[in-house]
Amino acid sequence: MNVIYILWLRQVKKYFRSRSRVIGSLAQPLLFLLAFGFGFGSVYSKAGGGNYIQFLAPGIIAMSVLFTSIFTGIEIIWDRQFGFLKETLVAPVSRFEIMLGRTLGGATVGAIQGVIVLLLTLIVGFRPASIFLLPFGFLFIFLIGVLFTSLGTAIASKLEDMQGFQLIMNFLIMPIFFLSGALFPLKGLPQIMEIITKIDPLTYGVDGLRGTLIGVSNFSLSLDFTVLAIVTSAFLLLGSYLFSKIQV
Amino acid sequence: MDNIIEVTGLTKRFGDFVAVDNISFGVKKGEIFAFLGPNGAGKSTTIKILTTLLLPTQGKVIVNGFDVLKDKDNARKSFGIVFQDPSLDDDLTAYENMQLHAVLYSVPSGEIAQRIKDLLNFVELFDRKDSLVKTFSGGMKRRLEIARGLLHHPKILFLDEPTLGLDPQTRNHMWQYVQNLSKKEEMTVFFTTHYMEEAEKIAQRIAIIDKGKIIAIGTSEELKKQTATNSLEEAFLKLTGSAIRDEEASNIDKMRQHRQARRGGGR
Repeated sequence: MNVIYILWLRQVKKYFRSRSRVIGSLAQPLLFLLAFGFGFGSVYSKAGGGNYIQFLAPGIIAMSVLFTSIFTGIEIIWDRQFGFLKETLVAPVSRFEIMLGRTLGGATVGAIQGVIVLLLTLIVGFRPASIFLLPFGFLFIFLIGVLFTSLGTAIASKLEDMQGFQLIMNFLIMPIFFLSGALFPLKGLPQIMEIITKIDPLTYGVDGLRGTLIGVSNFSLSLDFTVLAIVTSAFLLLGSYLFSKIQV
Repeated sequence: MDNIIEVTGLTKRFGDFVAVDNISFGVKKGEIFAFLGPNGAGKSTTIKILTTLLLPTQGKVIVNGFDVLKDKDNARKSFGIVFQDPSLDDDLTAYENMQLHAVLYSVPSGEIAQRIKDLLNFVELFDRKDSLVKTFSGGMKRRLEIARGLLHHPKILFLDEPTLGLDPQTRNHMWQYVQNLSKKEEMTVFFTTHYMEEAEKIAQRIAIIDKGKIIAIGTSEELKKQTATNSLEEAFLKLTGSAIRDEEASNIDKMRQHRQARRGGGR
């Protein structure tokens, strides 16, 4: 067995063992889906947008991947507090391997969560446009997972405890979600909003998911993929750099 | 090579605060060495530097022939460590914690199962191998950590207050095993403790550190003679004074208390 694999396995096992977490993190996307989906559905279709649930579902899937993976990344803070982090840091393996194993584990957990939410959306009435594009949808889900687990790792490497957590939640995670076009179309936005949404990396994740799941996207799928891949690599590098600097 | 641990001119500063102030000492191969000092004297900081978790501000540390700054991985393979605070993953089973450690230390995969079985049997946890660690008592966790620290057959075992919170039975059992192992495998043991009788009984040599400086080093007989006292405890108090030391709670300690309070302390 190798180091990356065993640390990946650890994340996945921990996820499946905390049933309350699985259920808890499904409640929020479901709530969003029902409240927004049915709440704005008629307004959206009257404005000529079509079926809002179809439009919204990829955004909600992206949201659940975002939340789950960023939290899994931030879990390093718990590991630091409960001491387990020391066990990995003092081991004769490179920090990069540790970081990679954890990150892939976090991304996998995020992706599993995304797929579960995708199944939930089917119940609410969402229908993917094409079976053949579905695997590419999974690819986007996984990329979003890697991206935000790395970001979570980077943040957690700089934090001693959970006190800064509210700040991160309100000034980083929420804006990333709300300004990504997960809830509204990117066309016809005021210019400042348009610029902000284009800076938000999740925008390209949501757009890529829409392109692959409902066949409608703002940018081309290759642009979505390229931007996401570049940002993901950058965050992976940043995360492993900051992680390598941790001293306990 | 005589000394398996060689520390020369080691200094660690945190901002203005000097935690470890230009200390030098050596530990012989196969020796059981105690590192004593009041709270905040610099014991844990020294152990963290010796085990590559903290970078020194100045000085040189050689562990098993490897420089901890330049040859980290080889140094790390040479030792096992039981930290002052628990460092197990509570959401994994005892076996999984052991297995993870074996993989991190590249124990040959053919030997992993047997070694885990032997060590878990020794610490009398084999029948609990598939229980989650969070269901373990403090003593059981400690035993598991000791077993884990020995899994990769280290040349040096670092024990940072290993017997804190253990009952006398477990304490005796643990030291007996460590002593046997030290004799049999020529394993060096470097430990800290606040129990003076323990240091007196177990350690072949003792260093006393206070305010970041080593103020005495030698066998317990030598320390007693040097201070003209009858017990190590008296010698210790004579050397370090009897004022009570405060240790600032770190953020992490505060958080831990907070979290425990929120959980209703029900652990």
